[in-house]
Amino acid sequence: MTATMQPKSEAAEAPRRGRRTPGAGQNARSRGRGLEFGHWWWALPGIALVFAIHYVATGIGGFFAFTNWTGIGSFKITGWANFEAIFKDPTKVGALSNTLFLAFGSVLLGNIAGLVIALGLNRVLKTRYILRTLFFMPVVLSPLATAYIWKYIFDFDGPLNAFLKAIGAGDQAKPWLADPQWAIWTVLVVLVWSSTGFAMVIFMAGLAGVPAEVEEAAAIDGANLWQRFRNVTLPAIRPAVAIATTLGIVQGLRVFDPIMALTGGGPAGATETLATQVYKQAFALGNFGGGAALALVLAAIILIFAVLQQRLTRSNPED
Amino acid sequence: MFRYTKLTLLREVGLWALALLFLTPFYFLVTTALKPDTELFTTSALAPPKSPDFSNFIDVLTATGNSNVVMGLVNSLIITAGSIVGLIALGSITGYVISRSTRRWSKGAYYLFLVAIILPGQLGAVPLYMGARALGLTGSAWGLIVLYTGMLLPLSIFLYANFFRGLGTDYEEAATIDGASKSQIFSKVVFPMMAPATGTVTIFAGLIVWNDFFTSLIFLGGSANQTLPVAMYYYIGSLVSQWNSIFAIVIVSMIPILALFLFAQKRFIQGFSGGLKG
Repeated sequence: MTATMQPKSEAAEAPRRGRRTPGAGQNARSRGRGLEFGHWWWALPGIALVFAIHYVATGIGGFFAFTNWTGIGSFKITGWANFEAIFKDPTKVGALSNTLFLAFGSVLLGNIAGLVIALGLNRVLKTRYILRTLFFMPVVLSPLATAYIWKYIFDFDGPLNAFLKAIGAGDQAKPWLADPQWAIWTVLVVLVWSSTGFAMVIFMAGLAGVPAEVEEAAAIDGANLWQRFRNVTLPAIRPAVAIATTLGIVQGLRVFDPIMALTGGGPAGATETLATQVYKQAFALGNFGGGAALALVLAAIILIFAVLQQRLTRSNPED
Repeated sequence: MFRYTKLTLLREVGLWALALLFLTPFYFLVTTALKPDTELFTTSALAPPKSPDFSNFIDVLTATGNSNVVMGLVNSLIITAGSIVGLIALGSITGYVISRSTRRWSKGAYYLFLVAIILPGQLGAVPLYMGARALGLTGSAWGLIVLYTGMLLPLSIFLYANFFRGLGTDYEEAATIDGASKSQIFSKVVFPMMAPATGTVTIFAGLIVWNDFFTSLIFLGGSANQTLPVAMYYYIGSLVSQWNSIFAIVIVSMIPILALFLFAQKRFIQGFSGGLKG
């Protein structure tokens, strides 16, 4: 114990006091030690509400993942049966791979597009703020409304096919949303369209923090455009990349509204995701136990990726 | 080096072309909504209407029952405003206490909120619904306000707590020396300083609650109090390929949020880019 080796040392005692003594908050102490303002019980209503709505409800839901409960009436505890059923059901395995495809696809494409636009808008453009507003517009729209617009665009009688016919590629026209091969790509387009503006503003904020002098110095030293981007700009915006990708992946793994409005998970399950399957199992098909088990799998995947992303960010020396 | 050159002009023109391409969905949205029924299937999907009229919008605004759009607008407004007030009140004070306290539980509480942000809502949805029904929170606007406040509170607390961590305690110390009580310090000194975080919370919560479909569909199910997205969903559910009518209601539902965005776009974008640095 350090306390016995260095008796009465300030350094050994200060952190203990900060942790244990109830807050004598009136006397201002130096920053970073046992400073305390406000009463601890001020936090109680917030903690209680979050605990009830997030943890208790989720915990109960998690318990039912191990039962055969239908949503009403009695149930039996069935152990891991629901989880085994998930990995035997091709629709649910397909939903799992669709979810990963959409999450990573939309993050990758949305971030690349956002970065390219942000780089384009960076510095000296006269109309950069108007352009930024225009590119950001889709972000504020409801996913439901956005999905309806795109549903028409991809409709068989819609603008996309009309355009293909107009340029003489009419044989390429197809019912995009009803085509098992193409439906998932239409969902991806919609997700990228609505998330690009978000990635763009995060990158713009990151780029604004790169001093012009450093870029100039690199240019004078003979670095070309790509070298300047790789060695000067990219390291400086790494935190922005981390934020944009983490949020994008967490959002992407939960994608629900646009799919329900666009394809409803069809055709033949080609665009089912974990979130739409959870909803269908638990609310529409009266298989609450199975839906809860699937939701637990989804929660685990989200947590894994969120933690992984945090770790990757931490390894950055600049942080 | 960073002067306006011919190359910059080229970049600017190129980005405008990209922006117009990016926003073509809005062109189809507006032109289709203005087409009368007779033109919908006779004109090309790419062409603007020959004789634009607003009859689709009149139909939308006068719809009754489940798809009463005006009522949905009012309900959405009440629920969004109420949730924002709840999230600012509870989020600011909780975020303040957990970021200023150095005791062990405050770190635990911080992670409690952090994990709650990423838990998928569907797992708790059915137990939550049963609990809310038992407490009489379903089917009413204020019940939904309580639910949204609870659902988004982790995000709100997280934003406030991160804001405080970057803020020194000098002002609080000064106010303490001047003899202000703890509640005075919070309401008169700390809360006004939180304005940027409050702005970010307002924007995030406002957007999420205003645009949310799933929660209000389930928790207001069967009642006369529908929110705008649910009213839109029911209205569209009664139409098959009537894209002119569908787009009229999509436009009506978008106008409030787009108007607010264009009016306060700087704050919106600052909120998104600044509020998330954690």
